Amino acid sequence: MKNSLNREIPDELLKDGIEVFQGAYARENYEYKKDAPTVKANVASGDSKLVDSIKAAIEQAGLKDGMTISFHHHLRNGDYVCAKVMDVIHEMGIKDLFVCASSLGKAHANMVPMIEDGTVTGISTSGVRDEIGEALSMGKLKHPAWIRTHGGRVRAIETGQVHIDVAFIAASSSDVLGNASGKNGRHDCGVLSYADVDAKYADKVVVITDTINPVPNFPAPIQAVDVDYVVKIDQIGDPAKIASGALRLTKDVRELKMAENCAKVVANTPWFKEGFSFQTGAGGASLAVTQFLKPYMDERDIRMGWGMGGITEPMVQMFREGYIDKLINDQAFDIPSVESVYNDSNHFEISCSQYANPMNKGAFVNYLDYVILGALEVDTDFNVNVVQGSDGMIQGAPGGHPDTAAGAKCTIIVAPLIRSRLSTVRRQVTSVTTPGETVDVVVTDYGVAVNPARKDILEALEQTDLPLISIEELADIAESITGTPAPLEFEDKVVALIEYRDGTIIDVIKKPILK
Amino acid sequence: MKRDIRRTMMFLNAQKASLVKDPYVYGADCVILDLEDAVSASEKDSARIHLYHTLKSRDYGDTEVWVRVNDVYSDLFVEDVRAAVAGGADGIRIPMTETRDHVIKTEAEIEKAEKDFGREVGSTMIMAALESPLGVLNAYEIASASKRMMGIALSAGDFRRTMHAQTTATGEELFTARGMIAMAARAAGIMCFDTVYTDLDNIEGLRRETELIKNLGYDGKSVVNPRQIEIIHDVFTPSEKDIREAEHIVLAVEESKKKGIGVMVVDGKMVDIAHVEGARRNLKLAKVAGKYKGDLA
Repeated sequence: MKNSLNREIPDELLKDGIEVFQGAYARENYEYKKDAPTVKANVASGDSKLVDSIKAAIEQAGLKDGMTISFHHHLRNGDYVCAKVMDVIHEMGIKDLFVCASSLGKAHANMVPMIEDGTVTGISTSGVRDEIGEALSMGKLKHPAWIRTHGGRVRAIETGQVHIDVAFIAASSSDVLGNASGKNGRHDCGVLSYADVDAKYADKVVVITDTINPVPNFPAPIQAVDVDYVVKIDQIGDPAKIASGALRLTKDVRELKMAENCAKVVANTPWFKEGFSFQTGAGGASLAVTQFLKPYMDERDIRMGWGMGGITEPMVQMFREGYIDKLINDQAFDIPSVESVYNDSNHFEISCSQYANPMNKGAFVNYLDYVILGALEVDTDFNVNVVQGSDGMIQGAPGGHPDTAAGAKCTIIVAPLIRSRLSTVRRQVTSVTTPGETVDVVVTDYGVAVNPARKDILEALEQTDLPLISIEELADIAESITGTPAPLEFEDKVVALIEYRDGTIIDVIKKPILK
Repeated sequence: MKRDIRRTMMFLNAQKASLVKDPYVYGADCVILDLEDAVSASEKDSARIHLYHTLKSRDYGDTEVWVRVNDVYSDLFVEDVRAAVAGGADGIRIPMTETRDHVIKTEAEIEKAEKDFGREVGSTMIMAALESPLGVLNAYEIASASKRMMGIALSAGDFRRTMHAQTTATGEELFTARGMIAMAARAAGIMCFDTVYTDLDNIEGLRRETELIKNLGYDGKSVVNPRQIEIIHDVFTPSEKDIREAEHIVLAVEESKKKGIGVMVVDGKMVDIAHVEGARRNLKLAKVAGKYKGDLA
């Protein structure tokens, strides 16, 4: 059947209570009882939870065919842990696993042969890139993959839609009891926000680290009371890829111009006042927005109350210069932000549920004034695609995109109109990740388009010298340069479901026919 | 589209689709699609074909489009001019112009092409780059060689080479050339443009040099990187005070004309009819910069 965005969702996928997308806020006041883990009590005192190896932990946790395991992605492309665990599982011959990861990328390419041989038959993830993206796009996974938002993953676990049998939590440090953290280790990733829900809802929790500190290893976002086993390995990851050095700010004039216009949008809308809240991404233009905000903040003599998100150096710098009162961190993108969450008071680690879960009693995203996001494609209904390339291949991640877009009072997309020969603004996106009703402004190098539904924003921006343009005109310009692309062709086979944050299906990805 | 304010002229390799598809987004007043130095000898034909199709298919809005052709006496020149005219370029920039014959020959080829391709005869402008001592010494006769002449421009790389001069941060080696070119342009009633500033990361240096050439009377400057556009435009944008003063002068002079008075006092300063031109230019500069919305420009 068709969902409210007119996207066809095959009926056979609508089982076990799965519904089609009915609008970004359709599940307001939805009531449910939270899932709960099966806990094996540790009544006797004194036992260390250290086990000798990953294999021993897997055996003791009782991992069997058909179970669900989980990983987080705080070690980013430097992650060794997930690959190591999967290699051991593969050697042990365990099959038919459902992998519930917060994101998968380059570091997890060893999963591809395991997808092909039936070790892994189901996947839930936010990001899918590179080799895994290709394998999923080509339909190599037995069941369609679930593409989930960061908030949606927490929701899926808390509602019991996904029940994790064994969670493998890579940690920069831990003590022998399992008090684990992204700090105080040899390879710090800063925070463990995404692993919080795994620790609290998985039946068995295995912490894997290369740094064992004396008890108590505090502060510990992952707490010993939730942990069954601790494994020490030689190295959890490649430090150069866990957190990059300070990202260089772009010198690309187009990106700078877009960033400047984006900052102008922010500065001229009603929420830009003392104590405003703000989140931005790590892409070139979004990153540069922060530097252009400062002069406006100086001029108005205002400060940002809190900045959230994947934290990056420019945000840390503004925070240290006194432009931001508090930083709220669910992911540390670079070394300066890892160091800051380690050292700075008023820079706080939060869980992913606190960050973005749509089905708790109020995640921080709901209180954002502004979020600046990127896009692979935007259509003339303002729907955004950040998952599927214009060639049909899965190559992106919703991450917190739909969560923050739905939550923020003003959601701004910054993207060049054309990338190489592909237009970003088009009549229809290849697949919808973020519904247009939650997208307010699109800033491109050819002008700024405001969602006509946001009359308040349009009115405010008409008073400025911003180059306002309609989204249809942007699509026209893009087409005049790139031509109208031939429609992609797909087989009927659905290779992935794009789940909206509330658990409904916003779109599906079918296997592309490659020519 | 032809314009009367030309603060920036951005060079772009005509061969590169990614560069020429939409350079107007950077906001330069003019772009110069280059068939000369930016294109390697083996790629001249493909660049010319690409240039033609770009000119035919892209709409650059109110950004003026120029084409830098190859040397007037090279075997590439005629085809370069024909492609540019057929495509509908606003003007042709002649490299290494040394005598008025360069202009005359260019004009002849343009006129032929205009007739061949059904463009209005006389609609394609010419700009000449002066890149050698001989060119600079002949600046006036070059500037006044044709009605099509829109401007002359200093091109400092070759000028320094042919002068055996050294590059200085303050531009001493260019002082005579800059002065002569500006004077020749004004004498001929056309515009003059300064050379590119090649130290891309040196924002302050670019600003200083732009202030210098503006004070000398130049209309604008060549640009090789879009990062430089905003700085140059900023230097050429009159201050709020200058805009107000210019408005007062234009209004006062118009008023006094009606009364038959030649000299008057505006904002405490003596002003006569000679001040009007500068005042109007300032208002035009302010208008293109978006700082002036009135209709006196």
